[in-house]
Amino acid sequence: MNTRFLIGRLIDLSFVLLGVSIVVFLMIRMIPGDAVAIMLGANTEITPDRIAELRDRLGLDDPMLVQYGHWLWGVLHGDLGTSIWTGRPVLGEISLAIWPTLELTALSVLVGAGLSVPIGAFMAQARGGAAEVTVRIGAIAGLTIPSFWLGIVSIFAVAKLLPGVSALGYVPFSENPIGNLQRMVLPVIALSLPMLANLSRLVRSAMLDALGQDYVRTARAKGASRRRVVYRHALRNALIPFITSVGVSVGYLLGGAIVVEQVFAIPGLGRLVLGAISERNYPLVQATILVITATFVLVNFAVDLLYAAIDPRVRN
Amino acid sequence: MRGLMKNKLLAFAAVFVVVQVVLALAAPWLGFQDPFKQIMVQRIKPPNAMNLLGTDQLGRDVLSRIIWGARTSLFTTSTAVGLALIAGGSIGLAAAFYRGWFDRIVMRLMDVLFAFPILLLAIGVIAVLGPNAWSAAIAIAIVYTPIFARLLRGPALVLCEAEYVLGARAVGASDVRIIFSHILPNLISVILVQTSILLSAAILVEASLSFLGLGAQPPTPSLGLMLSEGRNFLLLSPWPAVFAGIAILLLSFGFNLLGDALRDTLDPRLRDAEGARR
Repeated sequence: MNTRFLIGRLIDLSFVLLGVSIVVFLMIRMIPGDAVAIMLGANTEITPDRIAELRDRLGLDDPMLVQYGHWLWGVLHGDLGTSIWTGRPVLGEISLAIWPTLELTALSVLVGAGLSVPIGAFMAQARGGAAEVTVRIGAIAGLTIPSFWLGIVSIFAVAKLLPGVSALGYVPFSENPIGNLQRMVLPVIALSLPMLANLSRLVRSAMLDALGQDYVRTARAKGASRRRVVYRHALRNALIPFITSVGVSVGYLLGGAIVVEQVFAIPGLGRLVLGAISERNYPLVQATILVITATFVLVNFAVDLLYAAIDPRVRN
Repeated sequence: MRGLMKNKLLAFAAVFVVVQVVLALAAPWLGFQDPFKQIMVQRIKPPNAMNLLGTDQLGRDVLSRIIWGARTSLFTTSTAVGLALIAGGSIGLAAAFYRGWFDRIVMRLMDVLFAFPILLLAIGVIAVLGPNAWSAAIAIAIVYTPIFARLLRGPALVLCEAEYVLGARAVGASDVRIIFSHILPNLISVILVQTSILLSAAILVEASLSFLGLGAQPPTPSLGLMLSEGRNFLLLSPWPAVFAGIAILLLSFGFNLLGDALRDTLDPRLRDAEGARR
């Protein structure tokens, strides 16, 4: 990978991260009315003293640029702000809640992306009118099933059919690996299905594209087996659009995880941010959004690099 | 033969969508039961002759709440996607037309908005504006603006270099005239396809937001709210949650299929160019 490409991408990355930090920083400042009174209003009496104290704690009386500078400096040193209610750094709560979310998302990527390749390759064998329509309708149905509804229906089904099985909640993998994975099955299915539908269809059409290319005909002509042509020549080229889509899907999964966590009572970042919104604990809302988005941006940066490693055309 | 099949699919999708939209829009005049009327003695009833889809926890008719909920959903999402189309479309077209530093700065801003996971950014916007159906519409509009901007900028860049556009410029047509009468008409198929697909996705986002309590508030009939309320008495009666979910699926499915069939019919080259982003 050449250095110029890498430097260009790093510059893009820093621009985007800087922009994201500005948007997240401005969040609290854009709340209509007096944000501090709103924050206090949730469950304490509002007195001018309390308002002044909290304004001071949040540094809201400084010029905007100074505030941003302070805030960014803190973020870069691991200080994401303090919870309004507990007064403790929000990083503590985030670092507890991040694991269930990461596990849920990672397993969903594995299942969604992993299964889509064989399914898509298999579907590429089916051609013709009826097969086309079935594939299309199936893929669109998978894409438009609301994941939270799927989750609720599956909880209901498990409660009726397997009364002894606990489908809700979360236990850390380190404490009880089997219980952990058992509780992850339904959320992962609910979360990964739309991604699976989308990616399978993409793999299928990319495969069909690739199978029609000259190099595939050449490979067949020189005597390579059908299997080898499919997996070695066609699939490899089909992977290029696939990888980009996986990167983009991570954003969908991180968002979808918020809803799925709520359905399955998983104590992850989604529940954290929703709880924080209802308590008006804005520093926590801000920090959680920043952490999730930065994760997404970095994943896509990694995908870009991977993409360049696979496809030499991108590098130049 | 293939063309005929596509047109059949398109016709099916169009009828499917139109029937749902008409049902939702005409709901007040179709003689359904009052979606707000609570009949306490008839709480949580399974489907029966009086209430075709049963009743909810307050004894309200599930069928009419679903149709009114679809109405809420369509109003919210069409407002949102319409706003995003106007904002994102103008940004994308202007960026392609004026190029240079304007293009660079504006598209960088779009990149930043694009960097947030969709649902998360929507939740952030609602955290600022407060939870209600309007905030949900604005949140979805903000989230979809960069998608329209990116999507229209690409084809518009090509069109700006077309001979007839250069010709129009040479004879002294104004910028506004060139954009509206020479560039925009050529983007109609991209716009139609994408609006339909994004409406489909927006229906799911709106349902997710109201499911989380961040969209329409009770007692407004809302499909997402029905799901979250129905969840609390799921073991007593799964019907309200099950039917609300199917309604969300059908609405979203219809618009997605319509967009997909339109894409094939209007411009086969568009296929697979997009589709990664929901």
